[in-house]
Amino acid sequence: MSSGIGASVKRKEDKRFTTGKGKYTDDVRNDNQAYAAFVRSPHAHARVKGIDTSAAMAMEGVIDVLNGQQLTGDGIGNIICGWAITSKDGSPMNMGAWSALATEKVRYVGDAVAVVIAETQALARIAAEAVDVDYEELPVVASVLTSMKDGAPQIHENAPGNQIYDWELGDEAAADAGLASATHITSLDLTNNRLSPNPMEPRSAVAKYDDAEDHYTLYTTSQNPHVARLVLSAFYNVAPEHKLRVIAPDVGGGFGAKIYIYPEEITCLWASMKTNRSVKWTSDRSEAFITDAHGRDHVTTAKMGFDDAGKIVGFKVDTIANIGAYMSLFSSSVPTYLYAPLLSGQYNIQNLHCNVRTYYTNTVPVDAYRGAGRPEATYLVERMMETAARELGLDPAELRRRNFIQEFPHQTPVLMQYDAGDFPKILEMAQETADIAGFPARKAEAASRGKLRGIGYSTFIEACGLAPSKAAGSLGAGVGLWESAEVRVNPVGSIEILTGSHSHGQGHETTFAQVVADRFGVPIENVQIVHGDTDKVQFGMGTYGSRSGPVGMSAVAKALDKVEAKVRKIAAHALEASEDDIVIEGGEVKVAGTDKSMAWHEVGLAAYIAHNLPEGMEPGLKESAFFDPVNFSFPSGAFICEVEVDPETGTTEIVQFTSADDFGTIINPMIVEGQVHGGVTQGIGQALLEQVVYDEDGQLLNGSYMDYTMPRAADVPSFHVQHHETPSPNNPLGVKGCGEAGAIGSPPAVINAITDAIGTNDLAMPATPQAVWRAIQAAAKSVAAE
Amino acid sequence: MTSISMNVNGKAVSGEVPDETLLSEFLREHLRLTGTHIGCDTSQCGACVVHIDGKSVKSCSTLAVSLEGADVTTIEGLSNGDLHPMQVAFNDNHGLQCGFCTPGMIMSGVDMVKRYKEEGKDLTSDAIRAELEGNICRCTGYHNIVKSIEDAAAKM
Repeated sequence: MSSGIGASVKRKEDKRFTTGKGKYTDDVRNDNQAYAAFVRSPHAHARVKGIDTSAAMAMEGVIDVLNGQQLTGDGIGNIICGWAITSKDGSPMNMGAWSALATEKVRYVGDAVAVVIAETQALARIAAEAVDVDYEELPVVASVLTSMKDGAPQIHENAPGNQIYDWELGDEAAADAGLASATHITSLDLTNNRLSPNPMEPRSAVAKYDDAEDHYTLYTTSQNPHVARLVLSAFYNVAPEHKLRVIAPDVGGGFGAKIYIYPEEITCLWASMKTNRSVKWTSDRSEAFITDAHGRDHVTTAKMGFDDAGKIVGFKVDTIANIGAYMSLFSSSVPTYLYAPLLSGQYNIQNLHCNVRTYYTNTVPVDAYRGAGRPEATYLVERMMETAARELGLDPAELRRRNFIQEFPHQTPVLMQYDAGDFPKILEMAQETADIAGFPARKAEAASRGKLRGIGYSTFIEACGLAPSKAAGSLGAGVGLWESAEVRVNPVGSIEILTGSHSHGQGHETTFAQVVADRFGVPIENVQIVHGDTDKVQFGMGTYGSRSGPVGMSAVAKALDKVEAKVRKIAAHALEASEDDIVIEGGEVKVAGTDKSMAWHEVGLAAYIAHNLPEGMEPGLKESAFFDPVNFSFPSGAFICEVEVDPETGTTEIVQFTSADDFGTIINPMIVEGQVHGGVTQGIGQALLEQVVYDEDGQLLNGSYMDYTMPRAADVPSFHVQHHETPSPNNPLGVKGCGEAGAIGSPPAVINAITDAIGTNDLAMPATPQAVWRAIQAAAKSVAAE
Repeated sequence: MTSISMNVNGKAVSGEVPDETLLSEFLREHLRLTGTHIGCDTSQCGACVVHIDGKSVKSCSTLAVSLEGADVTTIEGLSNGDLHPMQVAFNDNHGLQCGFCTPGMIMSGVDMVKRYKEEGKDLTSDAIRAELEGNICRCTGYHNIVKSIEDAAAKM
């Protein structure tokens, strides 16, 4: 069986995970290991008047207790936001200072004020309880709608009215004119619920300072260890880059929450130097809920106008987004450039305008969570299309079809140039598999059992493979968005691929090897993927935004081009043939049309023995490449969700979920389908189950798995997943990225299905049984009142 | 501190531990068997499931000192040499992504297959989903975990 591109190769990395031999950060234990426990604010907003550490310092096993004054006194810099957004009046965003350990004020429950370093984790935690912090409580702003009110308590001095920016994209006059010309306008007020990403492995950091070398090593649960090293070095001044090694070993899921460089990593590194001990911190789940960046939390009002033919003539969006207490690393980009440019969806919309205002609140910082901005855009657009279809009395699939973009590349009025796609085709595939024709009969049968059956669509687009660097830079990004790769062919012909992408569940050790196997015909067993260690891989941007395929693998492909060129030269010289006649296949390097050939490993050996290389050629066979794409890639999909609602209890059962995705070229269908299953389940979680809840004092009410409803096996169905491939022209492999599609596309499909079933559109996420039951009752009352 | 001795993965082990030591901590920190994972602090996620005297138990909610003389099997001890059919099935069916919940999923899977076989019941996909109530996975959407357990059940 082929192990190249397109083959469902079983994962090479599985054995260590199925046998308990995976090595995660918390599994690391250094000699001289000490443990950190953070002293965290129990108040959402308070002034820190004093910290008395004497009792804690006197306790058994306590090595030191360190605070924010000491941290800033040692020159450790404030935490940065890496994407500068400019308000529409030209002013820069109002970024408030964020120290890894708070000095004067705490701004959310969980904000760290001190750290205890002790001989065991238990002793550190007990001592942390004994640190006496004198707080002066301040008035609290726990929601974005409170934060934006006149006279709301000020969270950061340099953000008047708590506003961070007031930003816009698109042409407001054109959108207004479009709406004025419309024969029908659909209006929606939506909230996009606040979520906790909840990777199963809690965050962890193990920092070790070597005083002899003045060198630091950090093991950390990171999606992008090189970015972590850069930021820790250049902005937080923890150590110069060449004196800091960051290792992200096996990482148990990320979903965005492990992109950022958090206070804990900074503090552990600094504390390891202060105490000259290896310092380890591992979050427990309760701590994760109050320290891992949350996701979403938007409030949006929007209007979409249609003409007589059902074509969209104007779309105007006003969004308010909650950033939390501080600006996390990419927080500013999520409700702006990762959101508004996707509001055109799969549709030809000429007149589009979006305004976004963001505010601080006394809650955990909010940043990218699987999809990041794109789920928010998709939820709005797809709820809008379904609602409009109902109001216009049109079939929801038909309304979408009338507005689909049919030609590529397509330039939207909101920055994006879509690369390739076939939207009618994937919708048709999904409809066929979902047996749309049989739905009325299924609905009638369900009704005979007293159940309400409904169906909902979502036809969506996303922008993946975050790039290109120059464009991102012009929009305010502080980093380049390329990826790097190095291909090392060993003298025995085995191959090591060093990549700046990071795998934390995506299966790179298999899929990246498939790309190599496909090129040279070598067995994937002979290809080793090296990632996640700044001492091994020179630099990389890491894994987020479905970028490992379109950007990371493309860098590998580019480095393979260079290796291939050298192999051709070596073989042509050795076999006395023309380079153009050299063919590489099945692990052999051959001269076309002859019986002359070299085995793959013989070429490797020839490169290193160097007895018979072309004149002037350097020995060795190792090439590297940086790939910076010309554009994003644009995966698209059509999802259809079918539900049955029990009107007595409000319980929703997802009876069928169908997806037809266009991810461009697929390297490994098995892994891609797994990404869809997981993404859709997170989207179903958002639609039905998940919601971070704060009370008005800024206390998190559901900070545990007893209280925050994670999707479990019985909450989701098995999925019907299928693909249609229109390769992206923007990278050498034609891949578009698949990591986020499920989470982006599924929430509106679920809510559209439920609102179809219950016959009322007034339903917010999460559609818990209580929320659905109330919606049914409210609709019945309003009918009765009429 | 209390002295304890038990059998872990077929080997006699003993130790002197504080009374509040959880089995999960004893396994991870004292025996350095780090395949047993801690994903929550409320006994909900199941990443720490091990077998005690042949039954699946969440090691995060079991005191080590309560297990004097017990037989404990962790993910590291599930197979001797060849992989257990459940481990093979998770690879064959792509039942894992990040791998963090996987040890608990596999230990729960083995237990449910064994129980259903002993009780002569049919382990349907619905039954597997219901049985997985105590195991959370954030990556796979469960689709392939259910397939993996079904597949292993046919081979065990």
